[in-house]
Amino acid sequence: MLTKRSLLAAGFGLALTSSVLAQATLTAPPPAQGAAPAAQTRFITVSSTTSTTDSGLFNHLLPAFKARTGIEVRVVSQGTGQALDTGRRGDADVVFVHARAQEVKFVEDGFGVERKPVMYNDFVLIGPKSDPAGIKGSKDIAAALKAIQAKAAPFVSRGDKSGTHAAELNLWKVAGVEIEQAKGPWYREIGQGMGAALNTSGAMGAYVLSDRATWINFRNRGDLEIVVEGDRRLFNQYGVILVNPARHAHVKKADGQAFIDWLLGPEGQKAIADYKINGAQLFFPNATQPGA
Amino acid sequence: MDISSSFAAAFGLIVGLDPQFVQIVGLSLRVTLTAVLLAAVIGLPLGALLAVARFPGRSALIVLVNGLMGLPPVVAGLVVFLLLSRSGPLGALGWLFSPAAMVIAQTLLVLPIIIALTRGTIEELWGEYREHLTSLGLTGARAIPTLLWDGRFALATGLLAGFGRASAEVGAVLIVGGNIAGHTRTMTTSIALETSKGDLPLALGLGLVLIALTLAINAAAYGASRIGARFAG
Repeated sequence: MLTKRSLLAAGFGLALTSSVLAQATLTAPPPAQGAAPAAQTRFITVSSTTSTTDSGLFNHLLPAFKARTGIEVRVVSQGTGQALDTGRRGDADVVFVHARAQEVKFVEDGFGVERKPVMYNDFVLIGPKSDPAGIKGSKDIAAALKAIQAKAAPFVSRGDKSGTHAAELNLWKVAGVEIEQAKGPWYREIGQGMGAALNTSGAMGAYVLSDRATWINFRNRGDLEIVVEGDRRLFNQYGVILVNPARHAHVKKADGQAFIDWLLGPEGQKAIADYKINGAQLFFPNATQPGA
Repeated sequence: MDISSSFAAAFGLIVGLDPQFVQIVGLSLRVTLTAVLLAAVIGLPLGALLAVARFPGRSALIVLVNGLMGLPPVVAGLVVFLLLSRSGPLGALGWLFSPAAMVIAQTLLVLPIIIALTRGTIEELWGEYREHLTSLGLTGARAIPTLLWDGRFALATGLLAGFGRASAEVGAVLIVGGNIAGHTRTMTTSIALETSKGDLPLALGLGLVLIALTLAINAAAYGASRIGARFAG
């Protein structure tokens, strides 16, 4: 019995070795999926915002860019604050976000080469159909926010240092509301992405600021609808920055710049304008607009 | 309403065999199975050693390993992220936002489970067979292979527990993988993404597929151990 057991023990060692071998083959990329070994794949990493991914824009743009240049773009979508931080650490080659002040600072601090405007869309204030603050149809975002605060109507804030969060804080300032002092139980910071904020607002019957693209592409609307839109203070500009190779030597300068040039050039700008959902254009290219 | 459309979505995913979906399932399985194998190769001998060896600080080590079974995935993810970030100590490898990073994070999560469960199983066997093995000259570390083999069916359950933990977690792979479409997007990160897009039926549909896969793997393992047990007599 026990001699048999020792034999089996030897077998166990063998099994371990073979499982290691099996694992080696397992980690090798399967050729059937056309994935070339890592050394041969030409790719750049772009840190971008949840709005560009959740809206489906990248699914539309990236195949066209890859067909043109052979460069694969790997997008990590985060809030603008985190996306910039990813660039700051050198974990991305290109940053594609929407919070101008933070972008300018990123470049000034030496983390980026240059900030270029790419496109814009706009923010919309979303709220429940019951409209507890009585602001539906308004074109004045400042008055609408003031009314929400005055009536302590539930409001969901991203609270995640994203571009939309920065825009929201700025709009409270424009409305003359010191949100740090004024916030109470009605003001709910959830610290999550745009989609999660919309899901939460739907469940709570709360107001929430959203970029239009995410809203148009959002499926779980339930009782939510646009209550305020069209104020020019709701403008939302996107910018693109190459991470500074002088700061992080491994940054793929040429391929990253190729992506930026393509985005800003006629082909990329047209591809952005062509992206529509149910006939609605989501982003408006403006790379050539001075001061954008 | 939502539930039934989720079943329809899950059914559509499985029947349609959308290449993107197949790729996501394949990556999930590859990452998780690799992590479990790695953790087994490291954890089984270590767990057995911890059961058999006597040294100062052993109790503290056992408590530590048991405690790490509850390591929050997001913390494991953060640790691996900081190590692999270009600004971190292992940044030069360029492994962040890659499947390799996800394997490392999941291995960290599975390892304590395998070590702790192996230790428990082997300690019991060691108590039972100690005199027998010693009389055959198998003392201390030399008894480990025999003990591991003897406890293989109980240990398989530990591996399955590890597999369950790794395949179900989203926090770690999201941070170190980045949920990049076609590159590091797994079943769980897809579910998180579809939830944030508000496509709840598709998100739940993906969840149903994940549960079905986990069940299938557990059933296969159970069947294999039953057959194995019959042959081993």
